[in-house]
Amino acid sequence: MTVQLPVNEGALSLEQWELVEGLAKTLTPEQARWISGYFAGLDAGLLRSGGNEIAPLQAPQGRTLTILYGTETGNSRDLAKALAANAGQRGLSPKVSDLADYKVRSLKDEQDLLFVVSTYGEGDPPQPSVAFFEFLEGPRAPQLKGVRYSVLALGDSTYEFYCEAGKRIDKRMEELGATRLGPRVECDIDYDDPAASWSEKLIELLAAEADSNAQFLKGEAQGGQSRKGLSLVRTAPVHDKKNPFPATVLENIRIVGRHSTKETRHVELDLGGSGLAYQPGDSLGIVPANDAGVVEELLVAAGIADDVEVTVKKSSVSLASALTSRFEITTATPRFIEQWAKLSGASELQELTRADAAAERVRFLEKHHVVDIVRRFPVGGLDADSLLAGLRPLQPRLYSLASSRAAVGDEAHITVSPVRYELHGTPRGGVASTQIADRLEMGDVVPVYIQENPHFRLPADDVPIIMVGPGTGVAPFRAFLQEREVRAAAGQSWLFFGERNFRSDFLYQAEWQQWLKDGILSRLDVAFSRDAAEKVYVQHRMLEQSRDLYAWLEEGAHLYVCGDEKAMAHDVHDALIQVIGREGDLSWEEAEDYLRRLSADHRYQKDVY
Amino acid sequence: MVEVVDRSTDLSQPLDKLGPDETLKANSDYLRGNIAHDLLDRITGGVTFESNKLMKFHGIYQQDDRDIRDERRRQKLEPALTFMVRVRLPGGVCMPEQWLKIDELARTHGGNTIRLTTRQTFQFHWVLKEEIKPTIQGLHDALLDTIAACGDDARGVMATADPLDSEVDREIAELAKKLSDHVIPRMRAYHEIWYGKERIASSEEEEPLYGATYLPRKFKIAFVVPPSNDVDVYTQDLGFIAIVGAGDVEGFNVTIGGGMGRTDNEPRTYPRLANVIGFIPKERLLETADAIISVQRDYGNRAERARARFKYTIDDKGLDFIKAEIERRLGAPLEPARPFELTSNGDQLGWRETDRGLFNFGLFIQNGRVSDLPGRSIMEGLRAIAEIHKGQFRLTPNQNLIIAGIPAEEKPRIEALLEEHGLSDSAQSSLRSNSIACVALPTCPLAMAEAERYLPDLLTKIEAILAANGLLKDPITIRMSGCPNGCSRPYVAEVALTGRAPGKYNLYLGGGFHGERLNRLFAENIAEDRILAILSEQLSAYARNRSPGERFGDFFNRTVDQAAAA
Repeated sequence: MTVQLPVNEGALSLEQWELVEGLAKTLTPEQARWISGYFAGLDAGLLRSGGNEIAPLQAPQGRTLTILYGTETGNSRDLAKALAANAGQRGLSPKVSDLADYKVRSLKDEQDLLFVVSTYGEGDPPQPSVAFFEFLEGPRAPQLKGVRYSVLALGDSTYEFYCEAGKRIDKRMEELGATRLGPRVECDIDYDDPAASWSEKLIELLAAEADSNAQFLKGEAQGGQSRKGLSLVRTAPVHDKKNPFPATVLENIRIVGRHSTKETRHVELDLGGSGLAYQPGDSLGIVPANDAGVVEELLVAAGIADDVEVTVKKSSVSLASALTSRFEITTATPRFIEQWAKLSGASELQELTRADAAAERVRFLEKHHVVDIVRRFPVGGLDADSLLAGLRPLQPRLYSLASSRAAVGDEAHITVSPVRYELHGTPRGGVASTQIADRLEMGDVVPVYIQENPHFRLPADDVPIIMVGPGTGVAPFRAFLQEREVRAAAGQSWLFFGERNFRSDFLYQAEWQQWLKDGILSRLDVAFSRDAAEKVYVQHRMLEQSRDLYAWLEEGAHLYVCGDEKAMAHDVHDALIQVIGREGDLSWEEAEDYLRRLSADHRYQKDVY
Repeated sequence: MVEVVDRSTDLSQPLDKLGPDETLKANSDYLRGNIAHDLLDRITGGVTFESNKLMKFHGIYQQDDRDIRDERRRQKLEPALTFMVRVRLPGGVCMPEQWLKIDELARTHGGNTIRLTTRQTFQFHWVLKEEIKPTIQGLHDALLDTIAACGDDARGVMATADPLDSEVDREIAELAKKLSDHVIPRMRAYHEIWYGKERIASSEEEEPLYGATYLPRKFKIAFVVPPSNDVDVYTQDLGFIAIVGAGDVEGFNVTIGGGMGRTDNEPRTYPRLANVIGFIPKERLLETADAIISVQRDYGNRAERARARFKYTIDDKGLDFIKAEIERRLGAPLEPARPFELTSNGDQLGWRETDRGLFNFGLFIQNGRVSDLPGRSIMEGLRAIAEIHKGQFRLTPNQNLIIAGIPAEEKPRIEALLEEHGLSDSAQSSLRSNSIACVALPTCPLAMAEAERYLPDLLTKIEAILAANGLLKDPITIRMSGCPNGCSRPYVAEVALTGRAPGKYNLYLGGGFHGERLNRLFAENIAEDRILAILSEQLSAYARNRSPGERFGDFFNRTVDQAAAA
């Protein structure tokens, strides 16, 4: 069979070219992308069927490139898209796909694969990618000899299983016979620089190959296209994580009643003029600032004056200012232990830096904030840069948006439950949540951006939805119902809500009541755990309603779970398996499969934290 | 022989010609409605509008804490809904073991406080929806219920609290109970909903007296034993003035058509004093009550609730017609009324010895609020007394409490307990002991201004005026209501304040000392400084110019009329 490569000059007849051109005029951008993917896939197939010999690595014949990402919060997606854009600039034609949407059967047909994947919780893959991991790590995974790959693994070094999801892909690809294009790179939450360097190296490599391949095929040089100093190009809006919008606080009110054991707040922010858009299900990123008292405590413990000048990202600021708005100064990281072990020489810290001490390290970090380590292992004559060297950049905090733009216009609403606890006899708290609760007045300004959440989306208007959102997990469902109200959506909706006490903690109670009355909300089941001797949670209500719940699922309802992962999502998941097993007369495994299929069909979506 | 009267607003009309409450009652399946379902609704701490209306017949009102209503609205929470549960306590008679139960229920479900009402009963406030049932079942254990404590029916029957003649007292208390049991709705719904009794199929008429739509409006009944008029018999829909012969009750003068409620800026509503229409022997008590209630049932205005009370039926149809209709139903004319004399509508406080050598102690309870205050632990003290007391407790129409029937040998122990809990001192001014305020804010949905929480402070300021004029020992009745509806019976008081807006009141002066004359509106919509200025002027004139023995209300009335005539 003669292989006609489209890059080859004169490969198309005039007639063919006219057909292509005529078709191109009718295409939407999505269709054009699909067509390009189609031909790319066809191309790969043709090459395969053309003979069993694999193209030599040194001279690949127009290999396909696929970039796969796994994400919950969108960071990996953004990086993958930037990577694809840069690759495109270098003449490569990558396909980009979320692991959640990727057809695992195509894996055997891939040639070059780049993974950008985040890790969540206790070393878990991003929830929407779980099915991919199950396939890849399962017995049905194909041999991938000839496939080349590299993994960019995102994680948070304060967790014990750091970058675990990326490590799993890397290891498994190797087991399946694939070859590394480059070593796995692990990034902490300040991932920008290592991610950019990983991308640059791979694009350089692949672009150079493609150039020489094209040269080889065309018999003539295309001229030097190589661009040095490649940087990640983002196609993001004007205001994003790097350039947040200063939003004015319109409302910041405690929405739990008197005598509540909680202090949950409802916050409304003005996005007017920001150009920021969001959809129900998206999150709001808030760029927080540390409490002055916490900064002061650390400065005193470290014995450094607050006005010492330091250089952060090439600009000069006072140490106090850097500690307030540039660095995480509460929760410490392994990096800080390492740095402090070096500075203090403390053997206890040095022990903790050992590779096999991960579990001890995590336990130690749970009990020791930065200031506790600085106090407990004093370092004489400490300078500011040594202190900063162990700290990681201050990260934005994400809050599920509790509003729909269709209903609230340029506002963004969030529901915040301040995190407070005690450590070593002193009160501690979450950076952003206590800032919101204690230091953010109406009229103040706070930097924000929108974090898309494509795996937490309303279905078509006529599709029934089941929402499980105890505590602040109910926030996105307020957005869902606002949206459905404005759209006059016909689909049924069912909310499960839970909190501690009915009379004080029934978040947005009056609104649900009104939506019930108006038929926007079809059903509402509530569980309050501290009103009676026996604790009742949402999963108990779900089990009580198992027949109807299963009937809704069978009728095509989409199922959403939002809220605390450890304390809730697992129990809810198990309750769902029980419901499906009981009502569908299925075994535990079959019911799990049922849920997995729901998940694969994007009908079981989670936003858990 | 029966005159032709206008029947366009009464029971003879189809439901669609009448007010919406009539349809609600008619469709309620004899007061069942959806109450049982609403009690289980976890989404709200309240019940629906319809269930709330029906629950009144069960003695229960939905209320909310108005102090935090706006706060909760901003928090996107429903109002802090709770329920008021009112006990049916004919004649205000409460046995010590019942007191202990009431005390216990108040501590477990009623926010640690009990309210003694102007109709001689207990009210629990702050009862949560899920605690209504345990509260009512707890009352049931003490042989008490809440039937018809509210609603369009014959409300709790009152009776003079503190007669010194023990035979008459016993007889009147028994008759009050008997009449109350007779006139309340049969209401099997109550037993089903609150006690969990099975619904029994029966061909028997569920409400032989009331029918499916009950009465057009509430209907209040009281017995009075002259010379006391503590129950304010002229403010009752139906009153029985005991006529005592040689040692026992011979019968009653019957009064009809009293009522306090009015609406601001609505001249077709007004307080009205009852008419004495004749005398009945005591054997005809129940049939007389049936006849009178049935006349109101059949002729009362069901198209317009504001005009539905019996007093308007009488004025609209004419007293002669109503009386004739009552007599027709009784099958005989009423006898002419017998002479009687009423002297005061206040209470006797402190120790009194009764005819059998037993002792009564009249305990002043400001606005009927039983709770524990610094230096005055009313709730604790009364519980301690209830544990040893062998007589009765009598709730008075002025919201005070008589510890009644104490044998001489028990008196020291009771005295010691009163002393211990700061309850023995009854040295407040006569003005204060004769004062009444309704509950008003924060729980009453009708209140426009404070009453219970404000009157004590206002009294302190008025007492200064009284002291300056040497009037501290002169009994003057003062009553305050948070709205014009008049639960504290303000329109027969010598001085009355009814709420118009927060901090603003209408001031009425000149009511009769024993409730025989309505007062007059003196100033509208005024604040405290103006109230005090007017009272200062009026009380000093009274102190200077009164005739010997002349009451303040009488003095005011006389001088105002003289000034008008001059």
